[in-house]
Amino acid sequence: MKLIRHLLRTPGFLVGATLLGLTLAIAFLPPLVMSLDAYQRVGLAYLPPTAEHWLGTDHLGIDMVALLVAGLRSSLYVGFLAGIIATTLGTLIGVYGGYKGGLIDDLLTACTNLFLVIPSLIVLILLSGSLQEGRSLTLIAVFIGCTTWTWTARAVRAQASSLRSRDHVALARINGYGTLGIVFLHILPYLLSYLFMVFILQTASGILSESVISMLGLGPYDSISLGNLLNQAIRNEALSDGAWWAFFPPMVLITVIAFALYVINTSMEGIFNPRLRK
Amino acid sequence: MTPILEVDRLSLHYRTRFGGRIHAVDDVSFTLQKGEILGIAGESGCGKTTLVSGLMGLLIPPLHRTTGAVRIAGRDILGLTPDEARRTVLGREVSMIPQGALNSLNPTRKVKDLAADVIRSHDERADRSAIHDRLRERFTKIGLDADAVLDAYPVQLPAGTKQRVVIGISTLLNPKIVIADEPSSALDVSTQKAVIRLLFDLLDEGIVSSMIFITHELSLLRHVSSRIAVMYAGQIVELGTTEQVIFDGRQPYTRALMGSMLSAEPGQKARKPVAIEGAPPYLGQELHGCRFAPRCPVAKPDCAGRDQVLREVKNHWVRCHHAE
Amino acid sequence: MPSDSLCFEANHLSRAFGHGRRRRLAVNDATFTIREREIVSLVGQSGCGKTVLAKMLLRLEKPTSGQLLFRGRPIDAAADPREHWRQVQAVFQDPYAAFNQFFSIRSQLKAAFHLFPQRPSEREMEERVDQALLAVNIRPPDIEGKYPFELSGGQMQRMLLARIFILRPQVLIADEPTSMVDACSRAGILEYLMKLKEELQMTIVFVTHDIGLAYYVSDRIFILHEGQIVEQGTPDAVTQSPTSPVTRQLLDDIPSLHREWIGRAPRA
Repeated sequence: MKLIRHLLRTPGFLVGATLLGLTLAIAFLPPLVMSLDAYQRVGLAYLPPTAEHWLGTDHLGIDMVALLVAGLRSSLYVGFLAGIIATTLGTLIGVYGGYKGGLIDDLLTACTNLFLVIPSLIVLILLSGSLQEGRSLTLIAVFIGCTTWTWTARAVRAQASSLRSRDHVALARINGYGTLGIVFLHILPYLLSYLFMVFILQTASGILSESVISMLGLGPYDSISLGNLLNQAIRNEALSDGAWWAFFPPMVLITVIAFALYVINTSMEGIFNPRLRK
Repeated sequence: MTPILEVDRLSLHYRTRFGGRIHAVDDVSFTLQKGEILGIAGESGCGKTTLVSGLMGLLIPPLHRTTGAVRIAGRDILGLTPDEARRTVLGREVSMIPQGALNSLNPTRKVKDLAADVIRSHDERADRSAIHDRLRERFTKIGLDADAVLDAYPVQLPAGTKQRVVIGISTLLNPKIVIADEPSSALDVSTQKAVIRLLFDLLDEGIVSSMIFITHELSLLRHVSSRIAVMYAGQIVELGTTEQVIFDGRQPYTRALMGSMLSAEPGQKARKPVAIEGAPPYLGQELHGCRFAPRCPVAKPDCAGRDQVLREVKNHWVRCHHAE
Repeated sequence: MPSDSLCFEANHLSRAFGHGRRRRLAVNDATFTIREREIVSLVGQSGCGKTVLAKMLLRLEKPTSGQLLFRGRPIDAAADPREHWRQVQAVFQDPYAAFNQFFSIRSQLKAAFHLFPQRPSEREMEERVDQALLAVNIRPPDIEGKYPFELSGGQMQRMLLARIFILRPQVLIADEPTSMVDACSRAGILEYLMKLKEELQMTIVFVTHDIGLAYYVSDRIFILHEGQIVEQGTPDAVTQSPTSPVTRQLLDDIPSLHREWIGRAPRA
């Protein structure tokens, strides 16, 4: 409770939360008040903004607002899914290794480091490129999650191994709790605030990663994402045509979400960390 | 002689969320002379830690002054805002050696940077080499290998050295008064002794002029302080010279504290220590009568109904109307 | 009275931490015995290895070399360590750190029943928790629904002791149980320890940095320094005719009421 009140008094958090709320509103409110169809042509290609179509049309003559709303939803979906996968995977591996120590820890750490030195973006590009068919939004999210869990694992391992030597863990052991019980009851609760921050960061980087591979043309075939919009804009010469409305709004949205999540993360760090140190 | 510090009928309270007040310090008065070491004894929750905040002028809400004053060289420091107090009182006039001092150093910065911050916070224009020379001189003076220690990170130092560093940094600005708030609890006896020796050296060198030593170990105060104030439930219940309080305590709480001490003098089988049963009263309510009466082994029927005042008994101050 | 049968027997016991040049022996070649129903104190400065040694007796740390027998069998003879912990239990120095801050105290006391292959009925568990609380002078309603940070240090230390009253082990490892509590609560904690000893005929290994305290409670004292046991004997022998300079230093450093301590008079 006190923490939440503290958070609400932190300017960084307020800015981040407002921006995040705004993007969420853009993603979910418009369909309620107007009819938007991201697959319906409404006019000529690259129509400049008008009163009817606030942000004009794309190269196929589809309303940009409709495309943006759909793209934003996909991007958020990819980000959250990738964030959940990366956080869960990294946490399980990190906590288990950190708590167990010894050979298991050495093996898991070696494994983590191995994945860590492979540049995940290149792996992502290769993976997406090798899959010609069925590159769905969900699959892309899974790819991203599976290539970015490594630094979560490293950070969590460090935390877990310092918790391991704490007295309450020793007491849990002589209470007869096994590894699973200790990890879930006596280590994870102490990491919750930290994991929440990790999750936010992973979500932000998930959104960015998706945008990058989509912009390169390796994004999902089945949906519209912000990165896809950029890719389309590049491929159909929006830049040389001066159709700024085709690439500028998605760019701004990507920047704003990532910025909002990063700011929320840093402001929370300032508040949670004194507790973590204690 | 005018005292260096004068605490005059000081009462402090915390405001609770629901508009109530917790009277953590109640009607506390004492003086501290130049060169003197005053011991303050009492169990946790007796108001010592709140009193320390008052002595440093740090009344940060929800802590507020009810009445009274804390005067250093005649100036009431409780009239200052916490910011002013931090700038003009902390470190120069009063400095505290924190509880659990070993973990109070930021682990990500070198000792010299931590120490330089203290000097800069009071003298923004001090230049790098002057600061460095000053740190070297001071750290050498307190028996540290200055060059090695200043360049180290706190975690690289052994516990005993870290303790010295904490004390060295808190006294960099030559404060008049050092408050040692249980600097020795949870330390082993040998480290504790070394800490106290260092504090004595600081006094002898004239780096600090007076000290307030707060602990729950009366046996320690026996060797450290010249006078002792015993606190219970926010009040001073006995105030006298160390000899008077320890060997001729007149307040039943003081005696109970002595009785609970384990005086295991190796070589002779120890007297059985007697715990003080029960807990101190909750300070968030109006209290009437003697506050120790419910736990007092010699309480009489009239104790519970009678507010106690400090009065002179046997040349020192006692808060108990039965004491003689 | 201590009996003649052995509770613990250690032969050339060592425990090292770190590898290569950073390798350090926390316990170095310790050989000793502890008899049933004996109170033995492990005394030394911080970092002397007393806590690591205690953790080995608790089967929380594995020796790197040497042999440690519990009642004649290697301490890790049973595959399930819970068998050891049903007989050997512990109280720790900092009760706030020893309890999980996210769960109520009562639920954590009840967690001790995890040690038994067949847990007693819900009602019996509640009753045994209540009895244990009363044994340490805490009224059960006083801690109902409370979390560790809501109780005082003295109360929390008694919670650790209540856990022992629930489990009723035959051996207790007490790791500095009084160093974090007020002087006036310390006597109370010691009293409960003695009560446990009388009631359960317990063997107690008492870890402390205060040789005066060790003198007061124990049948025998081991003095530790840099991982080695430098002296062992009865309290009178160790305190009256210490053979090791380490012991003499420890004795010298206790602030006593009647003896010169720091070599200068209190200032006037």
